[in-house]
Amino acid sequence: MEKSLLLVGVGGQGTILVSKILSEGLLEEGYDVKMSEIHGMSQRGGSVTTQIRFGEKVYSPTINTGEADVLVSFEKLEATRYLSNLSKDGTLIVNDVEIWPLPVLSGLEEYPEGIMEELNSKVKNVISINAGTIAEELGEPRSQNIVMLGLTVKALGLENIDWVSKIKKFLPEKVHEVNIKAFERGLIS
Amino acid sequence: MKKLLTGNEAIARGAFEAGVLVAAAYPGTPSTEILENISKYDEIYSEWSVNEKVALEVAAGSSIAGARSLVAMKHVGLNVAADPLYTIAYEGVNGGLVIITADEPGMHSSQNEQDNRLVAPHAKVAMVEPSDSQESKDFIKEAFKISEMYDTPVLFRVTTRVCHSKGPVEIGTREEVGIKEYVKDIKKYIMVPAHSRVKHVEMETERIPRLRDYSNNGPLNRIEWNDKKIGVITNGASYLHSKEVFGDTASYLKIGFSWPLPDKLIKEFAEGVDKLYVIEENEPYMEQFIKAMGIECIGKEIFPVCGELNPQIIRSAISGEKIENPFELELEIASRPPALCAGCPHRGIFYALTRYKNKIVVTSDIGCYSLGAMAPLGMGDTVICMGAGITAGIGFDKVNQMADRNKKVFGFVGDSTFFHSGMTGLVNAVYNRSNMVIVILDNRITAMTGHQDNPGTGKDIKGIEAPEVDIVGLVKAIGVKESNIRVIDPYIMDENISAVKDAMDATEPFVIITKQPCALIKEVQKEREGLYCQIDQDKCTQCKTCLRIGCPAISMKDNVVSIDINECNGCQVCMQVCPFDAIDFFGKEVK
Repeated sequence: MEKSLLLVGVGGQGTILVSKILSEGLLEEGYDVKMSEIHGMSQRGGSVTTQIRFGEKVYSPTINTGEADVLVSFEKLEATRYLSNLSKDGTLIVNDVEIWPLPVLSGLEEYPEGIMEELNSKVKNVISINAGTIAEELGEPRSQNIVMLGLTVKALGLENIDWVSKIKKFLPEKVHEVNIKAFERGLIS
Repeated sequence: MKKLLTGNEAIARGAFEAGVLVAAAYPGTPSTEILENISKYDEIYSEWSVNEKVALEVAAGSSIAGARSLVAMKHVGLNVAADPLYTIAYEGVNGGLVIITADEPGMHSSQNEQDNRLVAPHAKVAMVEPSDSQESKDFIKEAFKISEMYDTPVLFRVTTRVCHSKGPVEIGTREEVGIKEYVKDIKKYIMVPAHSRVKHVEMETERIPRLRDYSNNGPLNRIEWNDKKIGVITNGASYLHSKEVFGDTASYLKIGFSWPLPDKLIKEFAEGVDKLYVIEENEPYMEQFIKAMGIECIGKEIFPVCGELNPQIIRSAISGEKIENPFELELEIASRPPALCAGCPHRGIFYALTRYKNKIVVTSDIGCYSLGAMAPLGMGDTVICMGAGITAGIGFDKVNQMADRNKKVFGFVGDSTFFHSGMTGLVNAVYNRSNMVIVILDNRITAMTGHQDNPGTGKDIKGIEAPEVDIVGLVKAIGVKESNIRVIDPYIMDENISAVKDAMDATEPFVIITKQPCALIKEVQKEREGLYCQIDQDKCTQCKTCLRIGCPAISMKDNVVSIDINECNGCQVCMQVCPFDAIDFFGKEVK
């Protein structure tokens, strides 16, 4: 059975890194894996999306309307933007943090209120967390993506894969310890 | 051993395994990582060329000299490289020559979505198209064989979904093919009319028929017979999408060698199936060929020309069923366009120009600074292509004068764009007496594509020290008078304002060069670590002036303006525009 996993966030949040770690782990586990990322201008604060599909045999790397089994959103406004890609019975994992886009910062648009309430009322399976607070507690605000990784691994039931070695492979040594802690905090959240 | 690689990484690996000795490129999404990865191999000479035409000419020269050579570019880059392409096609190769065009259906990061498959029949170069990462590696090796066997450059066409998707790839070893002997042969390598006439006939009568045989009988085009009620002719990423939709319920003719197209194979396949679909992104390239053969098929009658395809679009086009959104949210979803980063050195000069917004026209260019056109800065009237920031400005300015518009034209280019095709534009501005203002934003990196070095950075593609081309010296040498040149630090608003003011009064070509490195360069981030600005809430009157510089670190929430110190890099532009002296700077000043 194939699974489709869509990760979304804001440029700079580290969604692509998490996708790379996930894909490596899944390949090692023996799955056929396709991962597709859209970047380019995303470094300048735009939306970033990566799509991971895995299973016995996977052809297309893309995930479209209503097709994601799991939608992982690293920021809550982005969860609303890409929600249409989640399948009716899919699981939504949201980082309950707010990053204001420029049109909101400069007063041209408004950051919608009541996002979590709206998501909870429309989606059956919502897992939310404030990875920002956890990462700050750990003293490394940038590790919130790895908290999200832990939470995603748990939601997918993939705890048996050796994720720690993948985290070590993709991150510089000096932040290994804090990120492994971040991963474990995600796992138990 | 299998490794998870993107298409671009797989192409680089394939080039290495194929014994490539020379590789050149100009960065451009989605092709950039090809050369970034090739540059890691010591066995291959690699370079960032100043533009795509130069890159192709370098590779053409090294091919004639006897080395397997590769050149990579984004789709619009092939327009720049078109001049050498159409003639090197006549000359053919000595060492294999593969030209990668990375097209962008869907335009995730491009100004158009031209389908470069149409170039192959026009230039008469063989064309190869992989579907995934494994094929990207395997087909590159095959492309070099084709190039040498048929004495032709090979156009290797990929798209964003191939370049930027990861899949498992079996890693092989490098085959050293060495350098072929170079034998002087002016009839082959000097394209004057007498030689070209002979070459063109040779291509039509010998090379192309042989390539067509290869297309029909070679390994890159293949039929997968399954159920014969539905047949699908498809290529590239569309093949993957089609397999996802039909699985084993349809038969496939998978096209991996797409010019010349395999006429016999197409005929055989079409005769074997009841209903024939042609599924391809963008232009009906294969479909028109098939229809011209008198074969009935369904293509762009139901599949869209614009944008990317995906399994859902294909399924919906065939069934006629509408795609339904499973969740309707009752929220206004705020947009999140890309924006100039906090601490971006481009911000100051754009802001200085906003006070003249009704008196100027801004012809902008390809690079991060095209984002200056977005609100709240709004500094941009045109963006066309690399270099047009200067040259479109020349034409605009001439008409402004004819129409007595009394508007000053400011043309913007970045450092890398200036080397790419801005220099020639500046020569034109000087020679043809333009009185436009040219702003060269020297942030010492090719930023938009993810930080590649260029002739102004003092480093080559491998990060090794390289001669640094002096932009200011170049501008002077081109003929801009010293009194019409301002070299400024764009973090200092007084310098921005005074340069813009002088420029407004100029009656000759006037050049402003801003010098401040991109805020995202690692060394710069390190140097500015711990620097930030903060709002003194006692002095702040919520006048919103600082919000108008469009910095993503500054926000106003519940009538309180604040600066996110994790985002801020202490550039102090906001501090300088604040009319109430309500912003303070913290940290040690950087020189």
